[in-house]
Amino acid sequence: MSEAVTMGAEETKMVDDGKASTDERIRKEARLKSLFARPELGAISGTILVFVFFIIVASDTGMFSAKGVINWMEVSAQLGIIAIGACLLMIAGEFDLSIGSMIGFAGMVIAIPTTHWGWPIWVSILMAFAFAMLVGYINGLIVIKTGLPSFIVTLAFLYILRGLTIGLSRLLTNRTLVGGVKKTAAGDWLAPVFGGEIGKPIFVWLASMEIIDTLPNGEPAVTGIPMVIVWWLILAFLASWLLLKTRFGNWIFASGGDALAARNVGVPVNRVKILLFMGTAACATIFAACQVIDFGSADSQRGLLKEFEAIIAAVIGGALLTGGYGSVIGACFGALIFGVVQMGIFYTGVNTDWFRVFLGIMLLIAVIFNNYIRKIVTGGR
Amino acid sequence: MSPKTPMIEIENVSKFFGSVIALSKVSMAVHAGEVMCLLGDNGSGKSTLIKTLSGVHQPDEGTVKFEGRDVLFDSPRDALDMGIATVFQDLAMVPLMSITRNFFMGREPIKGSGPLQRFDMTMANATAKSEMKKIGIDVRDPSQAVGTLSGGERQCVAIARAVYFGAKVLILDEPTSALGVSQASMVLKYIAQARARNLAVIFITHNVHHAFPVGDRFTILNRGQSYGTFSKNDVSREDVLGMMAGGKELQELEKELEEFSRTDAVNAVNA
Repeated sequence: MSEAVTMGAEETKMVDDGKASTDERIRKEARLKSLFARPELGAISGTILVFVFFIIVASDTGMFSAKGVINWMEVSAQLGIIAIGACLLMIAGEFDLSIGSMIGFAGMVIAIPTTHWGWPIWVSILMAFAFAMLVGYINGLIVIKTGLPSFIVTLAFLYILRGLTIGLSRLLTNRTLVGGVKKTAAGDWLAPVFGGEIGKPIFVWLASMEIIDTLPNGEPAVTGIPMVIVWWLILAFLASWLLLKTRFGNWIFASGGDALAARNVGVPVNRVKILLFMGTAACATIFAACQVIDFGSADSQRGLLKEFEAIIAAVIGGALLTGGYGSVIGACFGALIFGVVQMGIFYTGVNTDWFRVFLGIMLLIAVIFNNYIRKIVTGGR
Repeated sequence: MSPKTPMIEIENVSKFFGSVIALSKVSMAVHAGEVMCLLGDNGSGKSTLIKTLSGVHQPDEGTVKFEGRDVLFDSPRDALDMGIATVFQDLAMVPLMSITRNFFMGREPIKGSGPLQRFDMTMANATAKSEMKKIGIDVRDPSQAVGTLSGGERQCVAIARAVYFGAKVLILDEPTSALGVSQASMVLKYIAQARARNLAVIFITHNVHHAFPVGDRFTILNRGQSYGTFSKNDVSREDVLGMMAGGKELQELEKELEEFSRTDAVNAVNA
């Protein structure tokens, strides 16, 4: 995907170098460079390429029917939610490898109390958020206090949380899959915020106008927008606003760009990082809450490898592994590429094994591309 | 505060790191509108001294006075809040962030209130642009990354930032050491401007040629001890260089000194 983009950027650079003889023109070059240095560029062009590709090969498969769109949007949204958290944290210069395990853990914290101890589900959802943010706080605190790479600290929590999830659910319920959440979620005030749909009248109307398909029983093929998509869009907006338009956003860039320089001018780097660790944990819990209520069950294996997918989406979105640079919008497009390709492979009937090959290659291209962009941004110095 | 009270003053400051005596009873006073050059070879204690002044280290002995009052800084932020701004050699700027974002890093102007409170980017961009213009750097687009600026321009942004935020004391840690001739002179020019704005400037360097054109007084450190403070009128380049080297490698030094006296003589004749 990014190949074409990379080539384009190189061409521009060459043209610029050719005329960079006076001061006036050096400024011009910098402006052109800054255009090319938009972090989202790679992900957006990649998204366009992926869409063009699947519109050509899969337009007759139902992938772009209302149902199909909701399908890949849902997959993208799930990943997008954690990619947003991972992206902000990466820009601040840290990783969280415990996101996937946190999804499984939070799912169980929601499911077990409500199905086995008769708690209202809203209480267990709130408790899951409290637990998750506590773990995020501990993650952050250990990283800050020890100065160890967050890669190692959160890798430890990847195992600790997964182990706790399996161990505790066996201990408390004698199984690793807890079902029956649909029943306890019924009538709850908070559950529909995560597991429901919105906009049903619109879809009924669209079906009556024959804009979208209708099922044989007269119901529209799509009865609403799943809440997970709504969460994704809201989080994308809020996180992007936070990053680009607020003081805290500037602190995120500064913490990841150069923590020492940031501290020297009084940026509360530790607080920023700890809050963002709590943020990724909260994002993982939103993911888990949507999934548990949607599926009606929690599985201790849920969220496996999701931490890496989230990081991949953020990297495709232009975030640098070394921090200080990246974009929430880019990460969302990274997640969209993910969802479209994953479901597109399903729709076109290609063996899904190829999905991971594609992912790996795309990650590699994105990293090489980003590295190149960073050199442009820092003027090769 | 009487006009004669130094802006910042240290008395008999010592700093130990384990068995190492990094600073031993160093005293120094800097007044407003004065450039104090802190000179010394590597390992002379320059860095320790400025880290003590900027709140990174706390002195083990002696006192630090700011505007005549005893002060003790717990952190760089403490010192910064009082108006002591330090521009560290490599750590002043985040290259990946824009000029504006760097300029206002940690002190972002805000507009709106409550949950809608946000970084006033329009005002910030305009301010960064005009402040840079004041020091003679025309930034057409203040949202361009600092990484695209030259080393000298970056130092100037850092200094402009400190001045804009009302620093009374400006500590510059080897701002010119990594720079070429023309870029170094850009920074030196701006140091002179800061003095004209009545700041107390402490300029750390081991380059006498950078120190002499802008310095009013010189404090020379050698192996953690001060040789004292000298007015520009009282010392020559040669004296300063000799004290910095502390009698080491004298043969090599003498050659250098001869060269200086020769060029100075030539200059005097030409003048």
